[in-house]
Amino acid sequence: MSSAADRYNPTRTLVLTVVATIAAVIFLAPFYFVAINSVKIYGDILRNAAAFPRTFQVQNYIIGFRTSNFLRAFGNSLFITSISIVFMVFLGAIAAWRMVRRPHWFSKLLFSLFVVAMVIPFQSVMIPLMRIARMFDLLNSRNGLIVIYLGLGMPFTAFLLHGFARTVPLELEESAYLDGASTIRIFVSIVLPLLKSMLATVTILQAFWIWNDFLLPLLILFDDRLQTIPIAIFGFFGQYTDQWDYALATLMMGITPIVVFFLFMQRFIIRGVIAGSLKG
Amino acid sequence: MVRNRTHELLNDIAFLGPAVIFFTMIVVASFFLGIYYAFTDWNGISLTANWVGLENFRTIFTDDRQVGYSALFTLRLTITAVILSNTIGLGLALIVTRAIKFANGFRAIFFLPNVIGGIILGFVWRFIFTGAFPSLSRIIPLQFFQLPWLGDAFTGFWAIIIVFTWRTTGYLMVIYIASILAIDDALIESAQIDGASGVQMFSRIILPLIAPAITICLFLMLSWSTKIFDVIFSLTRGGPFKSTEAFALNIYFEAFQANNYGLGSAKAILFFVVVGIATLVQVSITKRWEIES
Repeated sequence: MSSAADRYNPTRTLVLTVVATIAAVIFLAPFYFVAINSVKIYGDILRNAAAFPRTFQVQNYIIGFRTSNFLRAFGNSLFITSISIVFMVFLGAIAAWRMVRRPHWFSKLLFSLFVVAMVIPFQSVMIPLMRIARMFDLLNSRNGLIVIYLGLGMPFTAFLLHGFARTVPLELEESAYLDGASTIRIFVSIVLPLLKSMLATVTILQAFWIWNDFLLPLLILFDDRLQTIPIAIFGFFGQYTDQWDYALATLMMGITPIVVFFLFMQRFIIRGVIAGSLKG
Repeated sequence: MVRNRTHELLNDIAFLGPAVIFFTMIVVASFFLGIYYAFTDWNGISLTANWVGLENFRTIFTDDRQVGYSALFTLRLTITAVILSNTIGLGLALIVTRAIKFANGFRAIFFLPNVIGGIILGFVWRFIFTGAFPSLSRIIPLQFFQLPWLGDAFTGFWAIIIVFTWRTTGYLMVIYIASILAIDDALIESAQIDGASGVQMFSRIILPLIAPAITICLFLMLSWSTKIFDVIFSLTRGGPFKSTEAFALNIYFEAFQANNYGLGSAKAILFFVVVGIATLVQVSITKRWEIES
């Protein structure tokens, strides 16, 4: 759409650039305020939150880091997100491929159930889920939480991969089958490589969800030692209500890892969002 | 042949089994158990739940004023957020896809809030509203900065709208950008040669061609807004005086604070039904519009 006519219209380009710049400043302003105030002493924050910091209070970060037990929370988030994703994507992929290749009544039923389940809000199942979690001993355990993520994330994962598995050409698999390869061999050596870009999409979408998820870990994990980053930050704010000097430093620590990840993987992530939405 | 059939069955079990087990155990079981609890007085702790019939639903529709308020609040919030996010998201997409400099940088900035969790964003804005704004108002005496942002029902509503729009706009923008870039340049150029004005170009050519993206973005916004929880939980916790308690928060407080798991389950079922119907209606209306245009 960046048609030739646009490029020959410098005035309009300038106006649009100015509008975009103003919007960008508004979008970034909240982060700017959190960042500059996270290194101030408490009195300076109250006096003038807009002023550039006169001091650099590393103390805020040290106290925030220790009190929120940030490293532990980071480790928990990383563990829960990565293990959930590995299993979710692999199990979702084999199920999706099977549903495509063997479209019998059960595959069709399962697929429709997945579609219906995607509309169910989490809050509609969370109450009985607590009972189920207690029954299967999933409460207060990182592995238990992972099991719940596998269940909740399966519909969307399998649905997305189902849409993509349909485009995998059958001929390749058939010739391998005639050569006597087992089904699992065919899947791993032929289908999986072809699904690679879609697996990346699913991984990104689901990883953001699990990394940032708040309500489920709040309900499942009671032990401080199991806290994920959102829970640790929430707990910190509960303890230090509006104690902004430490709180803003802690917020910065919560924001940084995911923003760094985003900046490095930007193209990849945006492509994933587009691919995921067009299918969904 | 028989061997072959057992073989296929074994493969079905191996490939579909794990997904079916996790899905059934977590989602399907919870869903049906929830329907059962909706007709009981379960308190979440005791091992037995007494059957109370339609009592919970009667309570919701006759005794519980807050649930009606929460439903209406969620509706207002959904309508406002769907319109604002889509308008701004589409606007930004149109700007970024014109040949302006640093288009990729702008795109990244607008998308940025989306990668951060709702809980963190809510706290960020709690500081902006209660810490930064009062401070700014002393330098720039704008009434906007002097409002009691999280202090009453009206400003609380708009505070949530600001944060939520800020968070969701970038995601919608990315989808709109993809759709705008897919438009054939030849169409635009021939319209320009025919002397189409900017408004005509937008309404007659761009809008119909990005109709599928509009359907997707309306759907996403509808489902995010009706389920909004995290942002409100850290921004206002539903306050002051439950005035910003969206439906999802109402369910949460009913079950996990008041320990009315049965009543909470009844609300959860109604929530699913309403959200499900709203989504279906929206998709079918916009799909029809897509075909017409």
